[in-house]
Amino acid sequence: MLARLFTSWRNAHWGVRMGARWVIGIPYLWLWVFFLIPFLIVLKIAFSNIQLAMPPVEPLVRFTEPYVMQLRLHFGNFAFVFNDSLYREAFVNSLKIAGVSTVLTLLIGYPMAYGIARTTGAMRQVLFLMVVLPFFTSFLLRVYAWLGLLGKAGPLNAVLVALHIVPEPVQFLQTDFAVYLGMVYSYLPFMILPLYSAIEKLDLTLLEAAMDLGCKPVKAFFTITLPLTAEGILAGCLLVFIPAVGEYVIPALLGGPDTLMIGRVVWDEFFGNRDWPVASALAIVLLAILAGFVLILQRVQNRGEVAE
Amino acid sequence: MANLDAKKPYVQIEQLSKRFGDFVAVRQVNLAIHAGEIFCLLGGSGCGKTTLLRMLAGFETPSEGRILIDGIDVTAMPPYERPVNMMFQSYALFPHMTVFQNVAFGLKQDGVSKAEIEARVHEMLQLVQLQGYEQRQPHQLSGGQRQRVALARALVKKPKLLLLDEPLGALDKKLRERTQFELVKLQEQVGVTFVIVTHDQEEAMTLASRIGVMRQGEILQVGSPSDIYEFPASRYVADFIGSVNLTEGHLTVDQPDHVRIQCPAWGLEIYVNHGVAAPPDATVSVALRPEKLQLSSERPTQTDNVTQGVVTGVAYLGSATRYLVKLSTGVTLEVTQSNRARHDEGFNQDQVVFVAFDPSAPVVLVR
Repeated sequence: MLARLFTSWRNAHWGVRMGARWVIGIPYLWLWVFFLIPFLIVLKIAFSNIQLAMPPVEPLVRFTEPYVMQLRLHFGNFAFVFNDSLYREAFVNSLKIAGVSTVLTLLIGYPMAYGIARTTGAMRQVLFLMVVLPFFTSFLLRVYAWLGLLGKAGPLNAVLVALHIVPEPVQFLQTDFAVYLGMVYSYLPFMILPLYSAIEKLDLTLLEAAMDLGCKPVKAFFTITLPLTAEGILAGCLLVFIPAVGEYVIPALLGGPDTLMIGRVVWDEFFGNRDWPVASALAIVLLAILAGFVLILQRVQNRGEVAE
Repeated sequence: MANLDAKKPYVQIEQLSKRFGDFVAVRQVNLAIHAGEIFCLLGGSGCGKTTLLRMLAGFETPSEGRILIDGIDVTAMPPYERPVNMMFQSYALFPHMTVFQNVAFGLKQDGVSKAEIEARVHEMLQLVQLQGYEQRQPHQLSGGQRQRVALARALVKKPKLLLLDEPLGALDKKLRERTQFELVKLQEQVGVTFVIVTHDQEEAMTLASRIGVMRQGEILQVGSPSDIYEFPASRYVADFIGSVNLTEGHLTVDQPDHVRIQCPAWGLEIYVNHGVAAPPDATVSVALRPEKLQLSSERPTQTDNVTQGVVTGVAYLGSATRYLVKLSTGVTLEVTQSNRARHDEGFNQDQVVFVAFDPSAPVVLVR
């Protein structure tokens, strides 16, 4: 049922593109009010100067004398962000953690999606449900649960010690390992769903045709299955990578003090330093980087549609 | 026919069975296919013909029995090692590859040199009249063009055996008729042995040098198209191939050179001018093809095999007219009369007519 729902969602999406454009008006309005306007406010703050008041930013536009409107844009925040090695490092580290997590979810998610798509009957629904089931619990709670599982007195360490794999409990928490684990765990469904959708519509006779023409199964996977599910791979990777770059909760809860990620830096600037302009400038740069990835996605998808 | 002289079987299927759980898809099939022939597996859906074909391709592992191609046991050989290629019903062209890449795919797997691939692909595309389409993608082709790409892709490796699963099924009627003859011509050119699966008896009749009629996983009869049509071995085959009037009767006279069969449904004692291998007084089936019956408004001179009825249906088909004639017993016979003359008046609805047939026309089926 869920699998079918997902497929029909995909088809519905196609229907929207075909005609009834007014249907997308409401979500658009929603995006304008709750995304674009806040974004403009953040943009405004990014060009403002810090001040010791509430709010802690100077207004962008001031009436200094009658009939004169003064607009002061401070590019200093951006200059600060680009020149300070801490921010550069945070960006690089975020991209690295998000990138590695994306590759890991792909490597784990592809076989899972393949398995689900190749399962028939009721079992497929069960497997599909198991992928979606974590969404029934709050994301924050699930990450908190890992604190308990990975802790020194947690069940994982208990098992490892009991089996004499390690002599004493291992420090899992506050390490990069815990961050990667949390990332892969949290974002895996976002990888599996588009992959499943792509693999499920792959015509199996194409693989038979490849084998019939002398292609061994492993090679057939790389020459037929992989290229024909590339769109799903790309969609899954971006669905994981984009939120992973700006992820705050996982590195904050599971990572150590040296796990430098941009989401955390933004939080610290905003709430710790009360430096709204720099925090905003960081958010804008992050957005610009991610927008670049979205553009790549759109370009590749358009190319895929032409080929269909 | 390329080399039918070699009568030794080229493909040998021995005691082949395939079970899916409790369901027996193919039951102890024995079949010999000769080199260079077009062999058609004909049957309704679910008769096991596709399973048999897939076992030849290597996509299904037989539960029992073995397959030999050119003397080599291929039963356990995976599909990618078999000297067999298949044209799929859906064509299964790779959508992300051009026509050239599709046709070249099989050669590439064999590590054929680039120059040779180029030469052979072009030669093959020329053969199926698709030169100039190398850089097209499958979705830019018409149904007929895709069919020819699929054929070229399967033939380019020069397989010992080409399997075709409903090769013309996806084409419209006009194109199908034209393609039938092209396919036979092509087969003669390349000399590859074809095994075709089809549910369309007309397709089987035009394409095949021999037909194997399948039902419920078994092969009922193997023979040339005319054998199957004129000498069906069972009621099922008679009924499945073409139109037929079927009835039951019992032998009243059983001589080596002639028999008489009392057929109450037709109100006739049929005279047949050959002997029948059946015990005296046995119940037999009689099959009569509609075109073997003659209609006349006057009583014909022959004394045997004549009955009378009323025309209840007339269907003008152009080359022939199909009549439904209701006999006094209430049974309706189907009669086809060819329209030789242009101003042939034919017979009218509700006209009283005589139905007659030759003593050689009836097919007597003991089973």
